[in-house]
Amino acid sequence: MTQDILVYAEHLNGEVTEASFELLAMARKLAGATGGSVDAAIVGPGASGLAGSLGGADRILVGDSDSLGDFNPQGHAAIFTTLVQAREPAIVLLPYTSVGMDVASIVATATDLPLVSYCLDLDASGGLTATCQLYGGKVEVDVEIDGDRAIFAMLSGSASADDGRAGGAGAIESIDAAVSDLSIEFVALNEPESGDVDITAEEVLVAVGRGIESEDNIEEAQELADALGASLAASRPIIDQGWLPKSRQVGKSGLSVKPKVYLALGISGAPEHLEGMRDASTIIAINSDPQAPIFGVAHYGWVGDIFDFMPELTDRLEG
Amino acid sequence: MNIAVLLRAVPDPVEELEIDGEDLDRDFLGFVLNEFDDHALEEGLLIKEEVGGSLTAYALGTADEVEQMLHTAIAKGADSAQMLGEDLDVIDAHGQATAFADALRDGGYDLILSGVQASDELDGQVAMLVAAELGMPHMSVVISATPDGGDLKVTKEFWAGITADYRVSLPVVLGVQTAREAPRYVAVARIRQAQESGALESVDFDDPDPTDRVRITGMRLPEVGDGAEMIDGDEEAAADKVVEILAAAGVR
Ligand SMILES: Cc1cc2nc3c(=O)[nH]c(=O)nc-3n(C[C@H](O)[C@H](O)[C@H](O)COP(=O)(O)OP(=O)(O)OC[C@H]3O[C@@H](n4cnc5c(N)ncnc54)[C@H](O)[C@@H]3O)c2cc1C
Ligand SMILES: Nc1ncnc2c1ncn2[C@@H]1O[C@H](COP(=O)(O)O)[C@@H](O)[C@H]1O
Repeated sequence: MTQDILVYAEHLNGEVTEASFELLAMARKLAGATGGSVDAAIVGPGASGLAGSLGGADRILVGDSDSLGDFNPQGHAAIFTTLVQAREPAIVLLPYTSVGMDVASIVATATDLPLVSYCLDLDASGGLTATCQLYGGKVEVDVEIDGDRAIFAMLSGSASADDGRAGGAGAIESIDAAVSDLSIEFVALNEPESGDVDITAEEVLVAVGRGIESEDNIEEAQELADALGASLAASRPIIDQGWLPKSRQVGKSGLSVKPKVYLALGISGAPEHLEGMRDASTIIAINSDPQAPIFGVAHYGWVGDIFDFMPELTDRLEG
Repeated sequence: MNIAVLLRAVPDPVEELEIDGEDLDRDFLGFVLNEFDDHALEEGLLIKEEVGGSLTAYALGTADEVEQMLHTAIAKGADSAQMLGEDLDVIDAHGQATAFADALRDGGYDLILSGVQASDELDGQVAMLVAAELGMPHMSVVISATPDGGDLKVTKEFWAGITADYRVSLPVVLGVQTAREAPRYVAVARIRQAQESGALESVDFDDPDPTDRVRITGMRLPEVGDGAEMIDGDEEAAADKVVEILAAAGVR
């Protein structure tokens, strides 16, 4: 085994994701403690062309392959697994995203390394420890790893992406990217359907969560949004129920928004939601649960019932 | 198609959590079906309705809530259910996966569905470990799985609304994020019928040895409202204050 840190550089549609640069920044911090080097692996089609942007790493391991399609969970994970087995890094970092979740668990089971998910922060200065979130961000835990190797899936925002972008030109090495016997075949990437409103361009968003309770109540939130000259956005469960179109979803699998004002009504503030709105200039949260994690990122909060609050605010805005 | 769905009871997200040492104070905690597992069950039921076959729901645990969860699954259309009786918090992910794998191994399943993640699982990989133990491939964040010839056409979601389609041969283990349709509701009377149907079977298994390589050494409620200015008073006071905030932000 080595003291090295291996980062899985995620990319889709010809772009390395922000999350990957955050991992590089985290890897730099850890390498300061372990004395190892930072390696970034980038696999799949177009990997060679993207390797140059990963200057935050000492070595960039490139497994270019066009037979796999943009992302093949089985194929990408197989290439990365071979790499982890051959290089034996002490620490492996992946983003806790749709891509990272697939690769992390496959690599962990294939290499029998412990996997820790929902990580916010890592420390390697005296044994391997992590700070993670559980229960949708309602609880924070300290985690100790038995042994000196592990795989971590990091939540977004755990380090600064800009720090991870900095750096010179790492040495580029190509790695074996041959895979066979896949039972999962990539067919096509689908671009998002554009909606009636572009919530990423709105100055003010009124966002509703499961606290809105039923489709009928959406109208009341819409009236408030109208009075405010704002658009309606929502957390994932509202979209999954079909109460609002997908183009209104804020968060990990939806859109990232940065309005001047984000009014969150009955949204708990799960990490997957927060990553899409935490950079709004002013966040106001209304929630009946004083422990709701949304209050951790809000600038202003009121603990109470949205059905008491909404008509009061609408009145004032219309009056 | 022969389908298995793994269901997990998680602490009710609506309840206030209290901490006792390094774990939640579980004495008064209510448990509910993990929301993503409800979607996994729905997708499984849709597939079964399309191509026929059978669907079996599996869960680990001994609590009343687990039994209720499985009866609900039967009421919704599962053909049978198995409750693997063991206290959830005494076994780690590897142990849970072994228990499931042992129960599933001889079932001849073409498709095993689970939820994409569980809010209380640090190593988030029970379903994946089951796949590994059974030698089946796995993919996650699935938002649709439809039968297509002898294969499945699977759609996986990435971010910003980007998705991808896959052709997947069976058998496979899929982690479901969202079903094609909102999970169905079922009348209480049907759940009562399910309780009397005898379709729920309890299965004992040997306690696996915990591997415990990931240890929780501290647990706390994060500082909420840290930096946030909390507004006091009733809804009228809150609305007054929000009007002021909007003005200060220059949007009124
Ligand atoms: C891979 C993946 C991707 C995901 N992507 C996203 C994403 O893009 N966007 C997203 O939002 N989620 C996403 N999620 C889901 C996320 O984990 C949460 O389940 C979701 O954000 C919860 O939505 P919510 O806050 O509306 O609901 P809940 O967590 O159920 O919260 C509802 C809140 O409303 C409050 N409430 C209830 N009634 C009232 C009332 N009358 N008055 C005031 N408050 C009330 C409750 O106290 C609670 O805090 C994703 C999950 C996964 C696994
Ligand atoms: N103990 C369990 N009992 C039943 N299902 C489980 C259990 N653990 C995990 N699962 C299933 O696997 C999914 C993902 O869990 P995990 O990958 O462990 O976060 C859950 O949503 C469940 O569908």
